[in-house]
Amino acid sequence: MTDDTIFHHGDPVAKLAPIVEMKNIEKHFGNIIALAGVSFDVRPGECHCLLGDNGAGKSTFIKIMSGVHKPTKGEILFNGAPMSFNSPRDAMEAGIATVFQDLAMIPLMSVARNFFMGREPTKGSYLTKRLDVDKMNQVVMDEMRGMGINLRAPDQAVGTLSGGERQTVAIARAVYFGAKVLILDEPTSALGVRQTSNVLATIDKVRKQGVGVVFISHNVRHALAVGDRFTVLNRGKTLGTAQRGEISQGELQDLMAGGQELALLEGSLGGTV
Amino acid sequence: MSSTSSDERLRAESAFSRLLKKPELGALAGLILVTVFFAITADSSMFTLAGFMNFMKPAAQLGILAIGASLLMIGGEFDLSIGSMVAFAGLFFGVCVVTWNVPLLLAIPATLIFAAFVGSINGSIVMRSGLPSFIVTLAFLFILRGLSLVGLKWATGGNTQLRGVREAVEGDILAPFFSGNAFPGLFEWLAHIGLIETFRNGAPKVPGIPVEIIWFVAIALIATYVLLRTPVGNWIFAAGGDKTAASNSGVPVAKIKMALFMLTACCAALVAIITVLDAGSTDARRGFQKEFEAIIAAVIGGCLLTGGYGSAIGAFFGSIIFGMVVIGLAYTSFDQDWFQVFLGGMLLIAVLFNNAIRKRVTGER
Ligand SMILES: Nc1ncnc2c1ncn2[C@@H]1O[C@H](COP(=O)(O)OP(=O)(O)O)[C@@H](O)[C@H]1O
Ligand SMILES: [Mg+2]
Repeated sequence: MTDDTIFHHGDPVAKLAPIVEMKNIEKHFGNIIALAGVSFDVRPGECHCLLGDNGAGKSTFIKIMSGVHKPTKGEILFNGAPMSFNSPRDAMEAGIATVFQDLAMIPLMSVARNFFMGREPTKGSYLTKRLDVDKMNQVVMDEMRGMGINLRAPDQAVGTLSGGERQTVAIARAVYFGAKVLILDEPTSALGVRQTSNVLATIDKVRKQGVGVVFISHNVRHALAVGDRFTVLNRGKTLGTAQRGEISQGELQDLMAGGQELALLEGSLGGTV
Repeated sequence: MSSTSSDERLRAESAFSRLLKKPELGALAGLILVTVFFAITADSSMFTLAGFMNFMKPAAQLGILAIGASLLMIGGEFDLSIGSMVAFAGLFFGVCVVTWNVPLLLAIPATLIFAAFVGSINGSIVMRSGLPSFIVTLAFLFILRGLSLVGLKWATGGNTQLRGVREAVEGDILAPFFSGNAFPGLFEWLAHIGLIETFRNGAPKVPGIPVEIIWFVAIALIATYVLLRTPVGNWIFAAGGDKTAASNSGVPVAKIKMALFMLTACCAALVAIITVLDAGSTDARRGFQKEFEAIIAAVIGGCLLTGGYGSAIGAFFGSIIFGMVVIGLAYTSFDQDWFQVFLGGMLLIAVLFNNAIRKRVTGER
């Protein structure tokens, strides 16, 4: 079995309406044009890959989707209605969860405290309002086991987890809090082979629960392993979206590098890139 | 990540290694060490009830500051101006009580609000400029000390000491909560039934618990509860651990840090109120160098200079160590001036120890 069939789950959900639709998004930082009109959408239960080389504008684009940046121009539709997020919290409350490239996890804090950071469960009211520590511990152990990770204890520091395990904690956290759209910014870029396939398996689990996954990567093989649709960004522009099966690894690779340049390279490297 | 290895990994975490993960472990060990040291070298009167109160009183005055400082440090910021804040809040309080004849019921809340306001200036400069709090509050160390001097001269017509506080608060219903000893009745009764030592006339040698000790213990307990058992506590750790990660996760980082700066200043104001009432006057040297002692106590208590890790109960132990060393040397045959050597040594050991613990917790090698 090759990589690109491992996690594929058959018919893409083309009929369902998009949860989030981004239309002609532009973003300027001073006189740097990071995004020059990018359109993208994600539907429930699909994994839509956003591909592009370093500096293509992938992180900038999803930061607009998750409320970190405001677009300079363009329109965001959430469940068909125009929407403008003022903060990551707004987006989170609407159901858009993001696992940033830097993971938003704190190594010195325990897995349980990280998992619930900013959304701690409490019991009691007013002056006796306190953390529901038992619930925190229980949920974390259960959720992590569900993702195939057995923690030593819920108060184990995140710093002691491997990169793949941290990624999985971040994903499990987003899903637990009812994400409708899960954005993953290069979740596999710093991982080894085994950890990567664990994270890809996690993405597949999440998608099967009906969550729309936006998977950002500069690795075409990782994207093909789970993706239903593929959009390639190049220097802040997109050349459209391809369905799974419509496009080959080589073609995606070419698009990412901006066409000809890589075609030349590929000649000299014998198709190994 | 196979699921079969779970059980032996679970068992591998022994009670001992769990204890090693507690940030306050070092301070507790240090406290035991220092106690043993003085038990051997000091006159036995150090560990009588009177001796205990003797070293707990300065420990408590420092500890109230140190607990505030530890929360702020866990939240990822420093405040070097707390010592000067004690003088400045002391001046404000003294002027309220002596010059303006304001009753404590108003003067105390006014002093706390005033301090919180000054703390919020510290906080907003740090938050808006993005400068390290170390440098911003270093500026306020001098500004507030200078203002205290100028203000005292203005209030007294040229003096650097403002007297007459005791007379001004005579009979005030709030005075017993902020000065003197708590539970005098209990101690008289204990003396009466022969449980504690008495003078020849039957009065107890220790007339009660100095109020600052009560405040110290109460603040340590509340701070520990808030840190470990409330969402706000989690936000403090998160804000100090990584402020970008925290705010991306929905933690109100700016509000938390601002509140911590205000709280630290209020701790300084409380110490000012207690010590001014105790001395009956206020002066410009009040709280001198207390910022360093408070930070030392917090570091001995397990706080990392980089934030995101530490404990309030550790700062509590750290302050007691401090009080024991300051007062304890007088009970020994050592020169009292060893105190500073001792303190610097403790700080160095604590920092090395904390660094090792941090590596252990994060699994860094
Ligand atoms: N906050 C910012 N200010 C200025 N330029 C930025 C900022 N964020 C990103 N950029 C620029 O935008 C471009 C796209 O960056 P990014 O979205 O991080 O790319 P990617 O994630 O695809 O590697 C880069 O040239 C980067 O330097
Ligand atoms: Mg990026």
